[in-house]
Amino acid sequence: MSRLDDMIGRLRAAFPDNDSIHTSVDLASITVSPADLPTVALMLRDDPALSFKQLSDLCGVDYATYGQDEWNTETAGTASFSRAVDASSVGRLSFGSEFELPDIGRARFVVVSHLLSLDHGVRLRLRCDAPDDAMPVVPSLTTVWANADWYEREAFDLFGILFDGHPDLRRILTDYGFVGHPFRKDFPLVGNVEMRYDPVKGRVVYEPVSIEPRVLVPRVIRDDARYVSGAVEEEATAAAKAGQSAA
Amino acid sequence: MPEIRNYTLNFGPQHPAAHGVLRLVLEMDGEVVERADPHIGLLHRGTEKLAESKPYNQTIGYMDRLDYVSMMCNEHGYVMAIEKLLGVEVPVRAQYIRVMFDEITRILNHLMWLGAHGLDIGAMSMFLYCFREREDLMDCYEAVSGARLHATYYRPGGVARDLPDRMPQYEANRFRSAAQVKKQNAAREGSMLDFIEDFTNRFPGCVDEYETLLTDNRIWKQRTVGIGVVSPERALQLGFTGPMLRGSNTEWDLRKTEPYEVYDQLDFDIPVGINGDSYDRYLVRVEEMRQSNRIIKQCIDWLRVNSGPVLTEDHKVAPPRRSEMKGDMEALIHHFKLFTEGFSLPEGESYAAVEHPKGEFGCYLISDGANKPYRLKVRAAGFAHLAALDEMARGHMLSDVVALIGTQDIVFGEVDR
Repeated sequence: MSRLDDMIGRLRAAFPDNDSIHTSVDLASITVSPADLPTVALMLRDDPALSFKQLSDLCGVDYATYGQDEWNTETAGTASFSRAVDASSVGRLSFGSEFELPDIGRARFVVVSHLLSLDHGVRLRLRCDAPDDAMPVVPSLTTVWANADWYEREAFDLFGILFDGHPDLRRILTDYGFVGHPFRKDFPLVGNVEMRYDPVKGRVVYEPVSIEPRVLVPRVIRDDARYVSGAVEEEATAAAKAGQSAA
Repeated sequence: MPEIRNYTLNFGPQHPAAHGVLRLVLEMDGEVVERADPHIGLLHRGTEKLAESKPYNQTIGYMDRLDYVSMMCNEHGYVMAIEKLLGVEVPVRAQYIRVMFDEITRILNHLMWLGAHGLDIGAMSMFLYCFREREDLMDCYEAVSGARLHATYYRPGGVARDLPDRMPQYEANRFRSAAQVKKQNAAREGSMLDFIEDFTNRFPGCVDEYETLLTDNRIWKQRTVGIGVVSPERALQLGFTGPMLRGSNTEWDLRKTEPYEVYDQLDFDIPVGINGDSYDRYLVRVEEMRQSNRIIKQCIDWLRVNSGPVLTEDHKVAPPRRSEMKGDMEALIHHFKLFTEGFSLPEGESYAAVEHPKGEFGCYLISDGANKPYRLKVRAAGFAHLAALDEMARGHMLSDVVALIGTQDIVFGEVDR
């Protein structure tokens, strides 16, 4: 892991004002604001000490229902399974059902990129929060890494995140004429429309979905001690040690 | 004199050389491609969204269906992302089994690629040769998991079960005589490892056969040399990985540079191309098959002499043995909780990348502490490669587009996800 520690040090030296640089499991992580993103990305690519020449991946994340579960695990109840499950989660939405998004107190849409430095053999996670939930706009990285093009089209298609400066922001994965952004947490898992061939009209027609939502296993968050993994414990002890040595 | 105009050509989605469901809108100047605009998503099934509504273990089967010609490598990336967050130890024997099946999968994938690529640009008989060897490897898949394609064999913490002691055998019927069947079963008398060993002894000769047909073939060279040349710098910019990057003279292989499982204890070489054209990528992939064969041999030798568990003993993650469940209350509870609710991952994010036959297959997993992923993003190698088709095809003839789709080794299961 020394390669990673080296890189963390170099990142801290390159971006002294950024306090979000940390190790996440086995790669470095940094969060930047949309305004800083273009300059930071250029530096990450061109600075020989960093040299993140390749963009491995770029994706959108919708944090709207982060940390929400469907089953109360703290107390035991007498309610049966079906009553215990909260029916408001995205997997259980059907056509036309209203879904109230909770206030999460943070940016809803985040663009996460994974960068690779072949020279140093390290990966970096570059996070950028989109400031406005209703109209999420983030600067495009297409001028820095050419393959950001399709990844950004995908994030636009699936999440509705707009990329400022993208040369050709079209939908990529969904159908021609698709409405909505399917990977958002308020988009039903079963979708909104289904299509079939209508022999009377002699063409393909779109209709509201007829399938029932069918998610069988409830979403359960357990934070008991038994689920604390070795890696997390190690991280905690390492953090404690670092705290001691700093003191 | 009539005005000469560019015209637009629709290639696919129902075209045998489109490798599935690629719709390519080509702007042509005569027979020269001016611009290529791939329209993808015709096979989009929303795998990542489906994963968000299922316990972790139920998504392993969906991973097979991403790149459906290299199934177990997809599973590998996914279970590695879970293992990283969970911090669970994988037994050494399971690591060797995984490496062995990763390499079997690599040969499977490259055989499929070689057959289809050959068929696309005129080498008809390649397809038949390649499928002959694929059949044996498919039988290995079937013997170990019960399924020839969608194995669902890897688990977080190991693999589903140990290698079988005997290979399934052919039976005589009215179409196959007993003498014929005896010949077919000759390599299947022993254990599965015996069968794979027999295969690894035969396979280099088979690769020689393919090379005899193609490597110095004048037509093959005319169709591939100098087609789709990508410089090393450009390959990095375009996000190329795997044989596409190595064909462009960049030595980068996750099995060497970020060794996972037991790759650091195995002896193998990384082939690298020089010119970055389709012919070099062909040579790289053929050599990779030989190297995979070497790795499989080493795994067989190790697996023969070392026994042990193949799934972690941590029953919060992996189910206890059936026999334990009969007598032990604790084991029964573990089994019940695991199959009704699944296991929860600690809150956090992980990115696991494996050297998939097509390139880097990455799984980005966000967990909020629940028994289902909060977000799963699959980084498919083919997605980045296909995005570069426009750049690679410009200025080439229409028939070279077919060669380019072939050399990129595109499979739409992973591009569209």
